[in-house]
Amino acid sequence: MTRPASSSTGLRFENIDKRYGGLYALRRLTLEISAGECVVLAGRNGSGKTTLLRIAARLVRPSAGRLTFPSTQQSGAASRVQTGFVAHATMAYDELTAEENLTLFARLQGTTNAQTRVETLLREAGLFDRRSSLIRTFSRGMRQRVAIARALLQEPSVLLLDEPATGLDPHGAAWLAGTLRRRRDAGCTILMSLHGESEISSLASRGIRLDAGRVVADTKTGASLQSLLTFADA
Amino acid sequence: MSLLSNTSALLGKELRTEFRSRELLTTTVVFILMIIVLFSFTFDPTSAESRRFGPGLLWLAFLFAASLMLQPCFLREQTNDTLSALRLSVDDPFAIFLAKLAANTIFLLLTEFLLLPIFSVLYNVPVLPVLGWLILVLFLGSLGVSIAGTALSAISAQARMRELLLPLLLLPLLTPVLVASTEVTAALLDPSPYVQWKGIGFLAVFDVVFLTALWLFGEYLLEE
Repeated sequence: MTRPASSSTGLRFENIDKRYGGLYALRRLTLEISAGECVVLAGRNGSGKTTLLRIAARLVRPSAGRLTFPSTQQSGAASRVQTGFVAHATMAYDELTAEENLTLFARLQGTTNAQTRVETLLREAGLFDRRSSLIRTFSRGMRQRVAIARALLQEPSVLLLDEPATGLDPHGAAWLAGTLRRRRDAGCTILMSLHGESEISSLASRGIRLDAGRVVADTKTGASLQSLLTFADA
Repeated sequence: MSLLSNTSALLGKELRTEFRSRELLTTTVVFILMIIVLFSFTFDPTSAESRRFGPGLLWLAFLFAASLMLQPCFLREQTNDTLSALRLSVDDPFAIFLAKLAANTIFLLLTEFLLLPIFSVLYNVPVLPVLGWLILVLFLGSLGVSIAGTALSAISAQARMRELLLPLLLLPLLTPVLVASTEVTAALLDPSPYVQWKGIGFLAVFDVVFLTALWLFGEYLLEE
């Protein structure tokens, strides 16, 4: 059972530039994502998807431009815990068990009833029986489940997912799709990068394709989600 | 309150991961032991020479060992991008630094307490009569090394040639701590021991100044 997102929050990127040395990862990117939208980011490798997600998570500071969170006035550290982020890496400690990892982050985020929440997430992720095993003994798919569970600890109002199905088997992908569906229905804003069509991409209400750090297609302006994900018109 | 609870949660994580892997402690203890034993066998110092050179040798060994120990402090957080997860989770990034420098101080002190008796026996320098004061100097010196080292470890972890960068930055910066700690230790190990308050005061001020700087500017060191 998923509780509603604590507050509905959108994302507004205004003229965002991100340079790494002389190379632009994002260039003059302007994009508004409404509260409660579920958006898929598509694009070739190096198109700027990961950078955009890391800027949205406030892990990377843009070289120029502004990121705001419309429907709430939160900023900086206060809103960090309202953002769940799943990155390429698993963001979990190899020398801790699955339970210790989740408990650590639950404590840091000030999760209420942390132990119960951790146990619930471990059961949902199908890891309860392995909760006392060190992460370094886990397969890539199991690590990914821990990463997703960590992102859901606080039941965030914004979920940012960078290729969240990486390493997941069909059962895991179905669990992820079900989890995201419940979060979306609860009003959570979801921005995720994906490659290709899947059960997860079918949850999206909108698709955006990036190329060389710019938005080149958006279903809001007429592009079809299928062509956008499969590069049919590229 | 949040800073303290976050720091204690992170310190628990640091201690648990280290005591499970024992990577840092084992390497550091073996390294210092080698320096102390090799120096003793090579120069075979008399008791008077030991009192004169021993404190300097001891602190130099601690400093080199600290540069080994501090290297993986933030590097380990890059393996699975756990530093990003920490940054997303804590309200005040200073908690990350506080936990790491507390853990580094504990590891350094553990190493020092393990090796002090060996130093005392090999160099024929009695430490028991001044043990209380010696613990104070070891604590202040190790804290200074850990504060500066933790900050520089965060900087060097994001740089190219990171393995070389940390010792290159750390050793010159910690020269005043090395000198002050050596002088205070030498005074304590003197045949007529005395407390060199000037050195102790200097170490305390160094710790406070660097801790304040880390509190003010630490957040910028964690940015990508």
